Amino acid sequence: MKGKVPEKSSLLALSQQEEVVDLLKDYPLSASEDEEDNDGERKHRKLLETIGCLDGKNRQRLAERSEASLQVSEFSVSTEGTGEKLELAELLAPVKPSSSLGTVKNQLKKVRKKKTVELPLSKEENERIHREAAYNKTSQDMDKWDPVVLKNRRAAQLVFPLEQEQVLDAPIEEVLGAWKARTPLEQEVFNLLHKNKQPLTDPLLTPVEKASLKAMSLEEAKQRRAELQKARALQSYYEAKARREKKIKSKKFQKVLKKRKAKEVLRQFEELRKVNPTAALEELEKMEKARMEERMSLKHQNSGKWAKSKAIMAKYDLEARKAMQQQLTKNRELTQKLQAPSDSEHDEDAEEDSALIPDVVNEAQMSINGPNPWMQKNRGVNTQASHIQKKPVAREESEPEEEEKAGAEDDALLQEVEERRSLRKGSEVNQGSQKQGHRTKAPRRTEEDEEVLAELRTLSKHINKKANKMRQDGEQHVSPAPAAPKEPSIQREEQSLLDERPERVQTMEDIETLGMEEVSQEQKQLRPGVKRRWQQQPQRQHNLAEQRSPPKMEQEPMIDLHTIITGKTHKANFGLSVPTIVDEELWCWRLPMAHLCVFIRLRTEDSEDCDKEVTQKQIIKEAFAGDDVIADFQKEKREAEKASTPKDIDLSLPGWGQWGGPGLVISARKRRRFLIKAPKAAPRKDKHLPNVVISEKRNIQAVAHQVNVLPFPFTHQNQFEETIKMPVGTTWNTPRAFQKLTAPRVVTKPGHIIEPIKEKDVEPSSSHLGPPTLQRKGQQHAHPRRRRLKKAP
Amino acid sequence: MKVKMLSRNPDHYVRETKLDLQRVPRNYDPALHPFEVPREYTRALNAVKLERVFAKPFLTSLDGHRDGVNCMAKHPKSLSTVLSGACDGEVRIWNLTKRECIRTLQAHEGFVRGICTDFCGTSFFTVGDDKTVKQWKMDGPEYGEEEEPLHTILGKTVYTGIDHHWKKDIFATCGQQVDIWDEQRTSPICSMTWGLDSISSVKFNPIETNILGSCASDRNIVLYDMRQATPLKKVILDMRTNTLCWNPMEAFIFTAANEDYNLYTFDMRSLDEPVKVHMDHVSAVLDVDYSPTGKEFVSASFDKSIRIFPIDRIHSREVYHTKRMQHVISVKWTSDNKYILCGSDEMNIRLWKANASEKLGVLTSREKAALNYNQKLKEKFKYHPQISRIARHRHLPKTIYSQIKEQRIMKEARQRKEMNRIKHSKPGSIPFVPEKKKHIVAVVK
Repeated sequence: MKGKVPEKSSLLALSQQEEVVDLLKDYPLSASEDEEDNDGERKHRKLLETIGCLDGKNRQRLAERSEASLQVSEFSVSTEGTGEKLELAELLAPVKPSSSLGTVKNQLKKVRKKKTVELPLSKEENERIHREAAYNKTSQDMDKWDPVVLKNRRAAQLVFPLEQEQVLDAPIEEVLGAWKARTPLEQEVFNLLHKNKQPLTDPLLTPVEKASLKAMSLEEAKQRRAELQKARALQSYYEAKARREKKIKSKKFQKVLKKRKAKEVLRQFEELRKVNPTAALEELEKMEKARMEERMSLKHQNSGKWAKSKAIMAKYDLEARKAMQQQLTKNRELTQKLQAPSDSEHDEDAEEDSALIPDVVNEAQMSINGPNPWMQKNRGVNTQASHIQKKPVAREESEPEEEEKAGAEDDALLQEVEERRSLRKGSEVNQGSQKQGHRTKAPRRTEEDEEVLAELRTLSKHINKKANKMRQDGEQHVSPAPAAPKEPSIQREEQSLLDERPERVQTMEDIETLGMEEVSQEQKQLRPGVKRRWQQQPQRQHNLAEQRSPPKMEQEPMIDLHTIITGKTHKANFGLSVPTIVDEELWCWRLPMAHLCVFIRLRTEDSEDCDKEVTQKQIIKEAFAGDDVIADFQKEKREAEKASTPKDIDLSLPGWGQWGGPGLVISARKRRRFLIKAPKAAPRKDKHLPNVVISEKRNIQAVAHQVNVLPFPFTHQNQFEETIKMPVGTTWNTPRAFQKLTAPRVVTKPGHIIEPIKEKDVEPSSSHLGPPTLQRKGQQHAHPRRRRLKKAP
Repeated sequence: MKVKMLSRNPDHYVRETKLDLQRVPRNYDPALHPFEVPREYTRALNAVKLERVFAKPFLTSLDGHRDGVNCMAKHPKSLSTVLSGACDGEVRIWNLTKRECIRTLQAHEGFVRGICTDFCGTSFFTVGDDKTVKQWKMDGPEYGEEEEPLHTILGKTVYTGIDHHWKKDIFATCGQQVDIWDEQRTSPICSMTWGLDSISSVKFNPIETNILGSCASDRNIVLYDMRQATPLKKVILDMRTNTLCWNPMEAFIFTAANEDYNLYTFDMRSLDEPVKVHMDHVSAVLDVDYSPTGKEFVSASFDKSIRIFPIDRIHSREVYHTKRMQHVISVKWTSDNKYILCGSDEMNIRLWKANASEKLGVLTSREKAALNYNQKLKEKFKYHPQISRIARHRHLPKTIYSQIKEQRIMKEARQRKEMNRIKHSKPGSIPFVPEKKKHIVAVVK
């Protein structure tokens, strides 16, 4: 529109010009005498102008105003403007533009600029727009249900009704208020309750309880509370402290702590003894019982996993060794027989006990670090000899001076036993010295123990006598504390315990020798190739020609095919230096065929410069010269046949109905009896077809039950097979897993009405998923909600 | 000395009562169970066979009507109450547990076209051929009182259907137009119309309760919004839609029962293509009702059978028929998801189990576990040919069977023709139209 306005105005101007021109044309006719000269000049100019105007596109006429004459001839009216439309503005426009009509003109222009008002939309059209808007609005509203619907569709289990009815736990007073005793039994019960002043309507508190509630005053309650608070705080402090102390890793600190605690316990025990001897006795008994339990159990002995690992580590690790010893001492402590110092009988018992156990049994081998627990086990040949020599030393350490007299006698007796034993053992050792090396000592050791026990029994009489003597002597040694001074006896007991175990235990030496053996074995087991290489290294330097044959000879039984091939390659690569071939030979015998071919090709490439006539084809031919395809096929067929023939089933079980064990063979009769002979296989289809293998694996009977097309949701066979493989039943699953696996998709409660899903099930966050695209577009959609239900006439 | 003793805890092997199961110690190591898959397969096979053996869905027939049962309604609060309207204007109220009619009333002259209960279950509405809408009390009249409707509205035209709002005292009727009424008033509060043909059914959306769907005899389905008092959109199908039903769990999904033997499940937000076309019936589908779980729906057909479709399947999972059952006009799925009711031409209402082989009554926990296990097994091995074959196997009346066959042949011929046409014409000149789009004529905004 705007573009048009100046155009129009220019048109207007043009029309005005034309008018002027008309006036000019009239002019010559109204000539006046007094202005003839002027007239002539003007004429001349006019002529020039008209001539000038004739050519060129811009034929513009000069708008010049001259004087108006009164005489206007009708003939001089030109028809120049007839083709043009007369416009309203032209009529209205004054000859001279005046400001008074400007406003009118402007208004007129405005009126002209305005378009005509469009026709109102048809009713159908209007409704259509309304409908569209409303539809878009509602369908957008519906979007809020998307997540809910999706969730429900994907849910592994849906329980209907969706809103579970909540059980309202009404106060019992209400429930009881509505309830009345009707039956005679109920009435009786109520009567009883009434009589005993039990609450009926308000059963929460009985009168007594109420009274007790009222009894405590506020101040009292406050005081109680404060006390409790304090106690709690103290407890927590103490706990925190204990935790802190427990975390301290310093061994020294822990040791000190332990000692302190032990002392404390001792002191308490002493006090108790003084104050209440019976209680002390009980305490003692308790300790005794604990000791017995400890002895019975295998705790703190070297049979545990930890102990075994430490035993292995002990050789290399000082820490581990220490840990072992610590554990043993702990065991000792725990298994030590307690002695109440005042009790003479106990003392005697203890002595008897200590005497009962021969020193030989408790023999401790002295090493640099004191008694090494692992050494005691080894009662092999080498240690036997040193027993007698070492024993006095051990005794020296173990026995206090007071017992020396008795000790001497004991010694004599025990020495006797020991000698007898060692003699017997010597013979045994001679018999089974090889076994010793293999560490299959366990059964033999139990035998030994039995022997020891028998001997001990015979000895016990002697010892009893001796003990009696001692009592007569009246020399009673008083041990100041139960724990500290009985070190030797502790040692003995601990050692005896260790000995009694029939399990295999390794000594340090054993471990060492074992280690040596392992190393040597390892050396043996090293790959032959590598080993040969080691061996060959020096040889190769000496003589290349010689050195190639012996390893080959070694290998021959293992890999014949490969040697053939390598031999061939060697032939092909004539001009190559020998050592490199040998080198590669050493590793190439491990490669599979395919790699070999590549290898061969590579080798030829290497040697191209040396040997150019050898074509690739030839090489391949040579390379596969060894492959007998036909033989391979036959072999394959034979294997297939073998696989398809049914095999006999041997159901005989070793050890059933007869002795079993390593080295024992199941009798032929039994084997015959339990052998189920396979039926003869049907003749193979490819029996008479030497060049064909027909697989008979397909079971026609089973085909009807097998899935032959991959079902829709699965994309790969494996996925489907996995789902089938996974068993569901209780036979293969725990009850819990079974329940989970077989949970039904939809659970409904019988007799419950399932209501449609409710608006409140929509999460508020999930609404308005997308931006309302439509409301931006149309102005009609601005207030669709405001519209009310239309009232029908 | 280490003493090893045998010590056994009786708790591990003694039963608490003799009714308990013996404890069976098990080793779940899969290496010890090489035949778990074959064993489970056998179990699945047995399960599916047993399912067929026990599939006896028909429970009872409620007889008493003296004309075909034209419409039915469920009671919103009572599972055992069902209302039915017959073609002779009689309305009966049934007690399902007793399997008897508890009340009979002559509601209209001519057909009872529609029946619905109000949302609280105190009264029900009927529309009939006598151009009236009547509201009745649910309870019968007191002694000496006459059987009279609470309200009667006389209309100008015949009402062909009625449905009640799910939350408010509002109901909608259809006929020449869709009218929305307040229970308290005698004139509709809103009338909506689009086109001139008579509307056969109108249904309120149970979730978004302001939305209605209707189907008219000029083959279209129209959606309305009560708030905005306008129709929303219209979809025109190949043939007339008899009725529609909204999914009670998915607000925007509804299913339409069509004369062209198919049912169409639509998403109301995209009407140009149905979500699913369900086809198994061999005659016009007359009624459809969703299960309250929203996972399945049941359809009644003129072919004298009812079928149960899962909402995401094209084909039905179950077909029910009896020798005496004629054209089934109305069908309802009870609110506890257990039973299906169908009213048919030959004046009977039949009660079916929704799950044909389900055991009725209380189940022990072991029974339940066994059923669940069997269900799971059937599901697991459903792709195995034998199992799917047995599970699919149904006996059908000869008419239906032969018609299915005939229609299959016809369909194949049609397909073949189409394929040939595509094959022998310039590539791209004949567009391939998917089955879903074939039946949609137009969507009118």
